[in-house]
Amino acid sequence: MEKLIRVLVAKPGLDGHDRGAKVVARALRDAGFEVIYTGLRQTPEQIAETALQEDVNVVALSLLSGAHNHLFPRVVELIKGKGMTDVLFIGGGVIPDTDIPGLKAAGIAEVFTPGTTTTSIVDFIKANVK
Amino acid sequence: MSNENLKTKLAEYNAVAEKAIAKFPERKNLTFNRLYTPLDTEGTDYTTDIGFPGEYPYTRGVQPTMYRGRFWTMRMYAGFSTAEESNKRYRYLLASGGTGLSCAFDLPTQIGYDSDDPVAEGEVGKVGVAIDSLADMEILFDQIDLSKVSTSMTINAPASVLLAMYIAVAEKQGVTPEQLRGTIQNDILKEYAARGTYIFPPKPSMRLITNIFEYCSKNVPKWNTISISGYHIREAGSTASQEIAFTIADGIAYVEAAIKAGLNVDDFAGRLSFFWNAHNNVLEEVAKFRASRRVWAKVMKERFGAKKPKSLMLRVHTQTAGSMLTAQQPDNNIVRVALQTAAAVMGGTQSLHTNSKDEALALPTEASVQIALRTQQIVAYESGLADVVDPLGGSYYVEALTNKIEQEAWDYINKIDEIGGAVVAIEKGYIQKEIQDSAYKWQMEVEKGDRVIVGVNKFQVEEKPVEGLLRVDASVGELQKKKLADLRAKRNNNAVQAALAKLESAAKGEDNLMPFILSAVREYATLGEICGVLRKVFGEYQAHATL
Repeated sequence: MEKLIRVLVAKPGLDGHDRGAKVVARALRDAGFEVIYTGLRQTPEQIAETALQEDVNVVALSLLSGAHNHLFPRVVELIKGKGMTDVLFIGGGVIPDTDIPGLKAAGIAEVFTPGTTTTSIVDFIKANVK
Repeated sequence: MSNENLKTKLAEYNAVAEKAIAKFPERKNLTFNRLYTPLDTEGTDYTTDIGFPGEYPYTRGVQPTMYRGRFWTMRMYAGFSTAEESNKRYRYLLASGGTGLSCAFDLPTQIGYDSDDPVAEGEVGKVGVAIDSLADMEILFDQIDLSKVSTSMTINAPASVLLAMYIAVAEKQGVTPEQLRGTIQNDILKEYAARGTYIFPPKPSMRLITNIFEYCSKNVPKWNTISISGYHIREAGSTASQEIAFTIADGIAYVEAAIKAGLNVDDFAGRLSFFWNAHNNVLEEVAKFRASRRVWAKVMKERFGAKKPKSLMLRVHTQTAGSMLTAQQPDNNIVRVALQTAAAVMGGTQSLHTNSKDEALALPTEASVQIALRTQQIVAYESGLADVVDPLGGSYYVEALTNKIEQEAWDYINKIDEIGGAVVAIEKGYIQKEIQDSAYKWQMEVEKGDRVIVGVNKFQVEEKPVEGLLRVDASVGELQKKKLADLRAKRNNNAVQAALAKLESAAKGEDNLMPFILSAVREYATLGEICGVLRKVFGEYQAHATL
């Protein structure tokens, strides 16, 4: 049997709005992925530790508070620092278009902004996970 | 026409309509009937169920004259970056005809951290203004006369600290606590259930809330001591009925806690206020407002035996639905906000915040805030919607829907009673699960195209990147850190430590904490220091994430 794709859905920072993260987590689960949700207010260190413990293929970060430029690259850096080089990073939330090139340069493969369908996230993961 | 004749006539109509839609299929998946008639309001008694505005059960509004007397308070939610920047925005809004202030605090402030705390990195000044101490608060309200303006503060876990800072700023302006008008959100239960900015576990949180009820009933009598909030429950994905049901269940928990703490219901109930969402379905929203007033009036009268009319009135601030705004074709959001405004006004809100068109993308610019405020002014002065009290009262549809939403709310409230009340229902994850299920259902309907969102899943266009969005300068965090360092060097640190020590010992006992918090604030103890003391005594809430 093929190994299931494992996805960590994470909420870094202090932002408590998790409607999007939870809807996405549930859609990914319905699409057949194994999903782990961190809950709110995770530090980048905590997220990296969970990613390692759970041996995930994908880390999906959700943020609406505007702290993405600080927190997303930090998560990528810490997870890569743990030797996990095959992880696919995606991000979502209220993220201005102008910030997206910088986040991609920092290792976030795709950024999903409001109005995205869960189907497009599922398809992206299937096409890009190593 | 008698009801029997009406039934016959309705059956004839339905036969004709069915035939007509056989050729042009009626829009599917709508939850409402096609047509409403007096048959749908059968059993509704005007005197007991609807009544007059300003009279029990307040279906038609809490005041006899509503907007014939004066318009609702136009209160725009604002705050970003530093106290200086936000002060400018407040004075701009007041100069533009805003009639109240509404403060948005950044996340570190909302969770009781100073701007120089490591967890605040990247968050300072982003979704609201950063307030670390009384010194920031003095700047925030500089040249704003607190005896004249009413201020709402969206602050929950550390509400007592921010209220103390507000009282202290007023003192410095020569304004007495008796003169202060405004609202603190102070609703912790919805933070556990839907919004996530909690600090302490439920029990000490409820104590802080009832301490505020008690302190204000004696010292700050015109202050609304809580704004029991359905807004965030709806934003997290609930339905209209769930929004009012879960919120009123929270309200019941607060009243019970206060009575248990020894307060008399009529001493504090008149200062409880509510906060609703105004969503897109205009008539459903109007019915929601009407139903909510009726449910609360019955709860207060029948369950808690409240006697004063004010104790029975559900007074509400409303905000248009941020989650209904689209990042696609953002100008369309102006229309959405106008419809939501119409719903709130026809629903009889006491105060209103309208969202700006660019809020699915960033914090609003000054220009987009102006359009949002103008939307309220156009509805107030030009639309005629404010000319008549409860203009949709008596509509077969709106009355039937009011009854339906009321019934659905009671079903939930009864269920929550069975579970053991709102606190237990939240601890067990019941309310969160119900909200999440609704959110997921909504998203799937959108993705299947059963629910149309203009510009998102229908009528899309090729979009150009939106220009001119507001950006909070990344240097805000550094600026706040420097202010804090200066403050700590300048203030009387012995007095700060003494005040914090007294607060700590009071927190371990049973005294009302408000006077101790006020003393600490007056010595310029920081928000992080005060909350740190309370964290040490009370511990922190650990949410269990459920999917």
